[in-house]
Amino acid sequence: MSNIVLPKIDQSIIERKKYIFNKLKKLTAPENVLSHEAEIKPYETDALTAYKQIPLGVILPENTEEVSRILKFCYQENIKVVPRGAGTGLSGGALPLQDAILISLTKFNKILEIDFKNKCVVAQPGVTNLSITHAVQHKGFYYAPDPSSQLACSIGGNVAENSGGVHSLKYGTTTNNIFGVEIVLMDGTICRLGEKVLDQEGYDMLGLICGSEGLLGVITEVTVKILKKPQTVKAALIGFPTHEDGGNCVSEIIAKGIVPAGMEIMDKALIEATDNFSKAGYPRDVELLLIVELDGTVSEVDELINKVSEISKKNNSSNIKISKNEKERLSFWIGRKAAFPACGAMAPDYYCMDGSIPRGKLAEALKEINKLSKKYNLSVANCFHAGDGNLHPLIMFDGSKKDELRKTEEFGSEILKMCVKFGGVLTGEHGVGIEKRELMCEMFNDNDIQQQLSIKKSLDNKNLLNPGKVYPILRKCAEEGRVHVHRGEEKFPDIPRF
Amino acid sequence: MFTEEKKNSQIFQDSNNVYKPVDETETSNFIKEIYKKNLPTEIVGTNTKNFIGNKLQCAKVLDLSRLSGIVEYLPDELYIKVKACTPISLIEESLKKNKQQLAFEPIDFGYLKDSKSNKGTAAGQLSCNFSGSRRFKVGSLRDHVLGFRGVNGKGDIIKSGGTVVKNVTGYDLSKLVTGSFGTLSVLTEITFKVLPKKDSISTLIIYSEDNKIITDLFDQLLNSSNEISGSVYIPNEPKNENYIKNRDKIFKFNDLKYEEPFVAVRIEGSKKSIDERIKGIFKELQLKKMKTSVLDFYQSKLFWEKINNLELFSETKNNLLRAVIPTSKSLDLMKYLKSNFKYYIDWCGSLFWIEVLEKENIQIKEIKEMIINLGGYLTIIKKSESLSSDIDLFTINDTRLLLSQKIKESFDPKKILNPGKMYRGL
Repeated sequence: MSNIVLPKIDQSIIERKKYIFNKLKKLTAPENVLSHEAEIKPYETDALTAYKQIPLGVILPENTEEVSRILKFCYQENIKVVPRGAGTGLSGGALPLQDAILISLTKFNKILEIDFKNKCVVAQPGVTNLSITHAVQHKGFYYAPDPSSQLACSIGGNVAENSGGVHSLKYGTTTNNIFGVEIVLMDGTICRLGEKVLDQEGYDMLGLICGSEGLLGVITEVTVKILKKPQTVKAALIGFPTHEDGGNCVSEIIAKGIVPAGMEIMDKALIEATDNFSKAGYPRDVELLLIVELDGTVSEVDELINKVSEISKKNNSSNIKISKNEKERLSFWIGRKAAFPACGAMAPDYYCMDGSIPRGKLAEALKEINKLSKKYNLSVANCFHAGDGNLHPLIMFDGSKKDELRKTEEFGSEILKMCVKFGGVLTGEHGVGIEKRELMCEMFNDNDIQQQLSIKKSLDNKNLLNPGKVYPILRKCAEEGRVHVHRGEEKFPDIPRF
Repeated sequence: MFTEEKKNSQIFQDSNNVYKPVDETETSNFIKEIYKKNLPTEIVGTNTKNFIGNKLQCAKVLDLSRLSGIVEYLPDELYIKVKACTPISLIEESLKKNKQQLAFEPIDFGYLKDSKSNKGTAAGQLSCNFSGSRRFKVGSLRDHVLGFRGVNGKGDIIKSGGTVVKNVTGYDLSKLVTGSFGTLSVLTEITFKVLPKKDSISTLIIYSEDNKIITDLFDQLLNSSNEISGSVYIPNEPKNENYIKNRDKIFKFNDLKYEEPFVAVRIEGSKKSIDERIKGIFKELQLKKMKTSVLDFYQSKLFWEKINNLELFSETKNNLLRAVIPTSKSLDLMKYLKSNFKYYIDWCGSLFWIEVLEKENIQIKEIKEMIINLGGYLTIIKKSESLSSDIDLFTINDTRLLLSQKIKESFDPKKILNPGKMYRGL
């Protein structure tokens, strides 16, 4: 395991392991309590595989009352708890602790209600993101947030991380697409926040829980909004000879009042990597490739795609292709969606970064990243959710070479610091977890962090729920690891990451 | 107290114990002082919405009106950063020059207060979190706040969020302070997401007074892929003479052809797209046999302004309630209201603005109970002089109140910021 600092281990908990498990077996069916190493090994990491830790034990409750009883018991006995959804998180938010019980919500896997009248679905937290859309698509509805891991990631995890996706500029992230949640606090209190109704009076607790990375409560039910599918969707594939031209085009599209459903950018390194990997047929003679997707009514989409085409030409685009049908539109995305595995094929290891910057800083950011690439002598390929400013540089390295992992981590840290310097943020959608924890002081001062910790303390006064995540343990900013993929051994390698 | 703090409080404290800081540092110093002395303080801006919520009697008043002005507006980045008490009118004027807008449509409470337009300030709007007719389509005000700076109840300057849409760095405190009525933090700076303004607007009017037909229309409109951005129902006024009759005067438009109840549907976009979508809606909703008309751009613009400035209730001395319920329950509430109340429905069936005659405290209690049973919530926006003091102005259940107390404690441990503005003891 890498050298990250985790909360101090409470030896008395480890010594009382037998007693704890005997008690837990009375709070749920005994077969739901796992303690043998072979049983709990699969839970040692989430999708940030550079970090691994075997938990004290794993418990798989089956209903909210069981979660409540388990948390109440852990609260009384001062036992730390780490909640876990599908384990697809990229920032180590579900990394177990040696003296903590890991609560896995995988048995909460049912859709409880589909309510077309109120345009919502009530689901247990272990239900996957994509299965919500599958459940309602026969009536022309879908669930909008589409994180790249939507095939496997759970809706409870989406709430905990406030997951986004390609279409966040137009449709928002999870926080903008849910009506309510049921959560259990560390002391066992069950709370329902939000109903099938727009907004709530009083403090927006739902907004607080969303993106709180499992530090404030365990989510046991989620009510999501569903939307009617747009009449039509079209995409344009546009190549540019320079980063500046591509960056200017993105800014002008927005300045002209167009809000695309998705707007994605790939740099030359990624165009080549993805085209080699997936044979997408991307133009090779460009420095930057832009995919602009528009949805809505037929005449509006036609009108806007023509505008996008004009703006691109004005900004010196060298190639423009507009999808003529659904098959062609999907073909534009093939390479982009294969960005992660394509990088995996190019180098033994890669790190995926996640920061947000203002759209206008795109060209400058790419220039800076390329400079850093030379400084560290490490290749980098960049994909960028240009619509919402979310940057995913993929740093390629060879972990078997001495010191290369440390160099990569330093490179990654410098990229995130650059995002903050450019007026952006440390993480756009992967969360802070353990990964960016020590960098929080790049964005927040002591007062900011103290205010957030006060909130944590008010809902979890013993700091037992997912401790050691999000907020710095070290006293000063340190460079820490990113998404580390060794020889393509990414967790859930079959999930397209973009 | 530090010398500098003493100097500040001397300069800006007037005889009525009203403090008017000029910047964030002064605001912080004042709060530090009142924190030490444990003095409850009322936070005010330009007083356009001070009639909403419980009346406060505080030792001090913190007047933020000097914190005004646009800090940064980057149209290409779709955000505007403003000081807390920047007038919404100034923000909207600046955005208009770049064909942009605050898409959540800030409610204009000016007419309710003194019969003229006044949308108040950025911080005032944020503190209330009341959103206009576009709510069901684009989200509420809270969905358009990217970040804020402020001072908590201990006097610490705090910030959260940023200027980018995608941001999951730390807890989203912007959500907590939005709609908190100034009880968690004194806001000093706010960053709003802005969005392009559409080229044109039209309004399709569908005439009906059949509750079932109306709620079915709302349901079909919510299911429509023709992207509507507003839908209201304006019923006839009750016969009771204690209600002011102004509906036909306020909604007097050339193309509002019939003096009867109607559903209005807003469609925004290019002219071509609007025409196409109106045809689409006609087909989807099978409107051929119904009486309809269309308001053009100018009429539509005015019509939706009137919806979002509550002009219909502008001169009333009665109570005004704001009820939000699940869309599926709108028929139940309409059946209860019958033609006994002056009301209208916004948010495509989910928001009801209801006027209740003064002295009708029992009716208010009954409506509140019904709204809660329907799964919604109710706010008493305007209070008549005879409103009973045992009626809570806001809705909350015990569990959420418990959580809210914990959150309040974490921001304002001595409960000195707008104490009791929303709920007793908060």
